[in-house]
Amino acid sequence: MAFNGHQRDDDDIIDENETPSKQPRSDKEMPVHFRNEPNSESATTAGRATSDRRTSQSATRHRHDSVKKTRPPFPWFGMDIGGTLVKLVYFEPKDITAEEEQEEVENLKSIRRYLTSNTAYGKTGIRDVHLELQDLTLCGRKGNLHFIRFPTHDLPAFLQMGRDKHFSSLHTTLCATGGGAYKFESDFRMMADLELHKLDELDCLIRGVLYLDSVMSSGPSECYYFENPADPDHCVQKPCTLENPYPLLLVNIGSGVSILAVYSENNYKRVTGTSLGGGTFLGLCCLLTGCSTFEEALEMASQGESTRVDKLVRDIYGGDYERFGLPGWAVASSFGNMMSKDKRESVSKEDLARATLVTITNNIGSITRMCALNENIETVLFVGNFLRVNTLSMKLLAYAMDYWSKGQLKALFLRHEGYFGAVGALLELLHPS
Amino acid sequence: MKYQCRRRVDKEDEMTCLIKGCNFVLKNIPHEAFVYAKHADSEFRFQTTNPDIFPYLLVNIGSGVSIVKVESEDKFERIGGSSIGGGTFWGLGALLTKTKRFDELLQLASKGQHASVDMLVKDIYGGSYGYLGLTGDLIASSFGKSATADKDFSKEDMAKSLLHMISNDIGQLACLYAKLHNLSRVYFGGFFIRGHPVTMHTITYSINFFTKGEVQALFLRHEGYLGTIGAFLKGAEEDNPNQYSWGENYAGSSGLMSVSPDMNPMQRARSGTFPFDMLEMDRLERQLVNLPLLQDPSSYIPDTVDLTEDALAREYWLYCFEEALDGVVKRAVASQPDMPEAALRAEKFRQKYRHKLQTLRQQPFAYGSLTVRSLLDTREHCLNEFNFPDPYSKIKQRENDIALKYYQKAVKSLDELSWEEKQFALVRGVLAGNVFDWGAKAVSDVLESDPEFGFEEAKRQLEERPWLVDSYDQWLERLKGPPHKCALFFVDNSGVDIILGVMPFVRELLSRGTEVVLASNSGPALNDVTNGELQILTERIAAMDPVIEAGLREDRLLLVQSGSSSPCLDLSRLDKVLAMVVRERQTDLVIIEGMGRAIHTNYYAMLSCESLKMAVIKNSWLADRLGGKLFSVVFKYEVPAGKPNKDCGAFSPS
Repeated sequence: MAFNGHQRDDDDIIDENETPSKQPRSDKEMPVHFRNEPNSESATTAGRATSDRRTSQSATRHRHDSVKKTRPPFPWFGMDIGGTLVKLVYFEPKDITAEEEQEEVENLKSIRRYLTSNTAYGKTGIRDVHLELQDLTLCGRKGNLHFIRFPTHDLPAFLQMGRDKHFSSLHTTLCATGGGAYKFESDFRMMADLELHKLDELDCLIRGVLYLDSVMSSGPSECYYFENPADPDHCVQKPCTLENPYPLLLVNIGSGVSILAVYSENNYKRVTGTSLGGGTFLGLCCLLTGCSTFEEALEMASQGESTRVDKLVRDIYGGDYERFGLPGWAVASSFGNMMSKDKRESVSKEDLARATLVTITNNIGSITRMCALNENIETVLFVGNFLRVNTLSMKLLAYAMDYWSKGQLKALFLRHEGYFGAVGALLELLHPS
Repeated sequence: MKYQCRRRVDKEDEMTCLIKGCNFVLKNIPHEAFVYAKHADSEFRFQTTNPDIFPYLLVNIGSGVSIVKVESEDKFERIGGSSIGGGTFWGLGALLTKTKRFDELLQLASKGQHASVDMLVKDIYGGSYGYLGLTGDLIASSFGKSATADKDFSKEDMAKSLLHMISNDIGQLACLYAKLHNLSRVYFGGFFIRGHPVTMHTITYSINFFTKGEVQALFLRHEGYLGTIGAFLKGAEEDNPNQYSWGENYAGSSGLMSVSPDMNPMQRARSGTFPFDMLEMDRLERQLVNLPLLQDPSSYIPDTVDLTEDALAREYWLYCFEEALDGVVKRAVASQPDMPEAALRAEKFRQKYRHKLQTLRQQPFAYGSLTVRSLLDTREHCLNEFNFPDPYSKIKQRENDIALKYYQKAVKSLDELSWEEKQFALVRGVLAGNVFDWGAKAVSDVLESDPEFGFEEAKRQLEERPWLVDSYDQWLERLKGPPHKCALFFVDNSGVDIILGVMPFVRELLSRGTEVVLASNSGPALNDVTNGELQILTERIAAMDPVIEAGLREDRLLLVQSGSSSPCLDLSRLDKVLAMVVRERQTDLVIIEGMGRAIHTNYYAMLSCESLKMAVIKNSWLADRLGGKLFSVVFKYEVPAGKPNKDCGAFSPS
């Protein structure tokens, strides 16, 4: 697989950002019936990579038809309704023939145009353009995979939109995972006349992770790690792959945290979880600083200094606590300085945001490390939307894994942080397991 | 000897002292560790002391959390910790609620509803996450609702959410460490825990959740003193503190929960001691050990009824001790007629003991399991504190003098009986003698109103056979067999009891060729005969009785102190010398006499040799409860399983 659809040059990116309503690029408008068909075998391997537009042109029309028969009708969505965010992945077919174009009902066209020509929807919906995967072949169709998110509390507006655009007339199956698939199932039915195909979130998560990692064989790697995590000046992001990843500790940091031990694609267990997750970070930041969005909270954290809020080992012992191997810089008590009235009055909101971030992140780090030890696993993969644009936390986690395990544990991260559940749900639509 | 520990220690030593202190209390204080169960009948389930305390995990929750694995007296290691601890609760709590004090924060938390702040599984799923078995009420994301809902949250709710978040987190880490190091005993301490029911409850809940009940969260009654006890022991190391035994002084100790915010603020204000909490330990001059004849020392529990669990019995006994208080005060004053300030001291004693009883009414678990023994011991400790070490000394002397006069006559009349009549008369003698007991309310009433109440009168008061518990026939059969090698006799009261009841019985044993070890209290308690008094008494009897004289001379009758100064008996804390003698003499019969030693304690004690428990029930409430009446007799002769003569000691319906 030499070339993958996601690859773009810089012009493309600028182009997209400046003219979000741009038309599909010409090379993707070519009729594709006779080129670039995946074989049906790979199409049914539970969502494994199937994209390769340079595959043999010898795929027969016959095989194409057999794929077509099992292929669900458009539109193709995968949805993950979490506690805080709804994650939506949408496959935009780029190989639509003139014939198809003719047959395509207006509703479908309008949905496609609406989603692909905007990068923001309503007040809170956002398309993560930088994550878009282009020229992807899914189930014999070529197109782009879009990644969209909006807050769970705006789900009613989304359903209203679905109703307005007569989504239900398309008779599509909407594959959904996450707790909201259960909680809002009746709302989907009542408000938008849509039946959800509910899927388990951890199944979807693992399927999505494995798929996206495998689909990225060139270009910006899906998976990466931090080199020299102990040295802030030389700590750099390095690409890697998830080849032979098992056993793997998968840590999903959403509103809360789930920790899974994955032994193979179909063999995993949920080891534990913690309620101190992304929701806790944002919730506490909102209460402590009056901010209202994740981005705001992160921005404040990046400017703050947690050591004014936390009590460090050196604040208690004057230096390292050598007898127990505790370095002076380690946090002895998160928010410990805030026991004193004077210090409470001298800290800034930025300091508080930073301390909250560090507290939550380090705690996830230490629970993860203990699980890795108990499960005897050395590779840890961190995913989830808490890590979105949150390099601070990722570097902290990378450092904590490395430092406290004396280099034994390796922390890995994925570009599509919080979208794996939704991708897993989409794969379930295309290749029911 | 008394030591009060209030010393500051430098930081470097802190952990060492903490562990030393922890080892010390776990080994030396009965009912030190307990499990907390908020909704159970008895909130506190005390653990019996197990000599084998290692290895264990100590989770110390101060401003941060230290997790220490303790493998032996000197070997421990800090295996981990967390920065999310008491300081986080306090600091973050102060920021969120503008409440400054830790206690106030806890109080807020105890009134709050965390579900309005936390995002629960059901908030995400609409119900439970059945696939993983996560119930709807589980917290999915702490403070998760404060991120999405645009509204004000109450201080109480935020404090509660914070408490849950921190307790759960600590519990989870503790479980992960316990699992990694394969440890099942996990003790929690530190200022975050210190007697606060709210934090004990949330930690317990968390541990149960994360280990599915495999690990129990254990707490310590004297958790707040570990560091200082350790520092003291460290300072006294040249003195080798392990060669002594220690006992908690109930008079000096303020008891569990006295610093708790929502427990009896009234009482705390009244006592005026807050915020100083006290633990007083008496160093006992001699080392205390198990009776070697206990069938299973690790499962031995001295007390028959745990009053923390038995509310009805607790009510009665607290009432009973309060009722008897006037009489005790009167006797205390009377015991020191030459001291004009005795009345004032006695009054102080009354106040202190009454206050203890009131405390126990509110918090039955204040000193570990509440038992009749602990009530009696507390009274003795309080009397000692106000310098009434032996209020009965004069009464005991007078009683002894009267009884001694009657000794020869009693022995003579026994010797005139046939063998079988004599055996029965000896048993009746011990039982009748045991009616003479100033400690029991019914008797002290009679004795004080009618000092002429005599031995013969007592015999007439006794229940006729069949007794409430009656294995006399088996005992008689046994006596027809070969003599015992050596009998250990735990004696009870002075006066008629020891002189006219016990001594003739002992005399018969000696005549049969059985060696006898008389175990009596080391220090005074009520009118119980002490070892010192018994030495003198026995000499005086020996002067009148050649059998006793020969027994002493030939070293076949031994007088050994028990190590106790209690009206009850804890067979797991006996003087080391006594244990040695018991072993050397190959003791094959243990006799325990009196309500305090054979009914309130040791009624269910299982021994590896034959045993005889004899008592008269001199309390109508207790008699009623056991299905008998006042002056009902318990005569419980037991032979351990595997030996001939099956257990004959069950209460027979009468």
